[in-house]
Amino acid sequence: MLSVETFIIVSVIKTVIAIFVLLTAVAYSVWLERKVIGHIQNRWGPTRVGPFGLLQPLADGIKFLFKEDLTPPHVYKPLYIAAPMLAVALALTSIAVIPIGNWITIGGIQTPLQITDVNIGLLIILGVTSLGVYGVALAGWSSNSKYSLLGGLRASAQMVSYEVSLGLSLIGVLIMSGTLSLRGIVDAQGGTFLGFIPRWNIFQGQIVAFFIYLMSAYAETNRVPFDLPEAETELVAGYHTEYSAMKFAMFFMAEYVNMITVACLATLLFLGGWHGPIFGPSVLQAILPVFWFVLKVFVFLFIYIWVRGTLPRFRYDQLMAFGWKFLLPLAIANLVITALIVALKS
Amino acid sequence: MLHLALFLIFGAVCVAGAVNLLAQRHPINSALSLVVVMGSLAGEYLLLGAEFVAAVQVIVYAGAIMVLFVFVIMLLNAGEEERTRGIRIAVLFGIPGLLVGSVLIAWVLIAHSGTQPVSVGALPGPPREIAMLLFHDFLLPFEVTSVLVLIAIMGAVVLASRPEAVEHTKKEG
Repeated sequence: MLSVETFIIVSVIKTVIAIFVLLTAVAYSVWLERKVIGHIQNRWGPTRVGPFGLLQPLADGIKFLFKEDLTPPHVYKPLYIAAPMLAVALALTSIAVIPIGNWITIGGIQTPLQITDVNIGLLIILGVTSLGVYGVALAGWSSNSKYSLLGGLRASAQMVSYEVSLGLSLIGVLIMSGTLSLRGIVDAQGGTFLGFIPRWNIFQGQIVAFFIYLMSAYAETNRVPFDLPEAETELVAGYHTEYSAMKFAMFFMAEYVNMITVACLATLLFLGGWHGPIFGPSVLQAILPVFWFVLKVFVFLFIYIWVRGTLPRFRYDQLMAFGWKFLLPLAIANLVITALIVALKS
Repeated sequence: MLHLALFLIFGAVCVAGAVNLLAQRHPINSALSLVVVMGSLAGEYLLLGAEFVAAVQVIVYAGAIMVLFVFVIMLLNAGEEERTRGIRIAVLFGIPGLLVGSVLIAWVLIAHSGTQPVSVGALPGPPREIAMLLFHDFLLPFEVTSVLVLIAIMGAVVLASRPEAVEHTKKEG
């Protein structure tokens, strides 16, 4: 056990590093998205600022900071200001319980590669994401404009609906691993069958659950093909129509942080977390788990962008019908079958 | 020490949220105050070592039920409520009720003043123990409750669906 002082110092260092890495990842996933979408649509994407446009996120950040911060006169000010803060703060909170690798030892101090390991990690993430609705809903309401209100209403209805199938798709994994701790869930996926197939949950019969999770996650993060809350052809920009400068950037950041959280969760729960082939000298062996984790998250984010470049938007009634009449029964069926198989095996 | 400080902070936030809930005139502010109350109650549960209950409190109450409240307020675009000067029945029954309530609370507190405070881990808190209680020791009451909730949901659906809509679907189907 660590003493209280070292524990606090280690936690602060880990938090600072995690937030720094996360925000950089957010900036560069925006860059990646613009690049990939550009190439899908036969354009170049950002190229002017730095090599391959790599300094574009920095330029965008500076632009957001120096733009005029307009507050329309008709808004309900306390909530109008609080909504973007709420969105970004809640989005950033989830990173606290996400593990990205094994334990490491630096200078005699042993610490997990995770800000804090709690035994209800998954529930905390679900709780925080379920609170994330408030940022969007309040932004829509407090802006006092019809487009924002419609965007906020759509977002909250959509997020509440898809949270149900999202949660149910995760329960199958929980039944198989028997723990709510994210580290425990990853540890349960170590090893291989038949010598070469990894024991990731997606290969252990949770493949249907994985796709249910994938689809609900797109709806939860308001991304194409479920980006009805900000459908620009009908709602201008949806819930953040009335926001400008840094307040808008906060919603933008919250959306990308949520995407990364969802990708991390998919990696931890279905894709075996940091498990992967480990070889080479000891330095490489220490780095490889983190590399595998980041690679899986990257692949998941790439699929996000790919889908955005490929699929058109759903109609709202299609979205609701799909969520309640197809995804939810499927998730329940998957849960019942998983429970039966696990019960028969034991 | 830290435990006591956290207890007092969460308790103060909880009470402040509850007072604000009554004091605010706009329904959405009241609803958000209720969210704060729920959240700080979750903090208190966490201090008791009931981490599962705390998480469920946040997911179910703050995250689902209150979102629906806020949703309905947004949808109806409910305006500020009007203030009355107070009605006689509130004075007639409210003040004696308040007195009786405070006396009861004080009596319970005095009667149990010798009890040891709950320490973390003394009572079932982790999900596994709660599951053992719910699905093993108290299985029948748990299932009966779920049937009760199901009946309530079906009742709500029946009450909410208008008769003309039902006839409409009958003709189509």
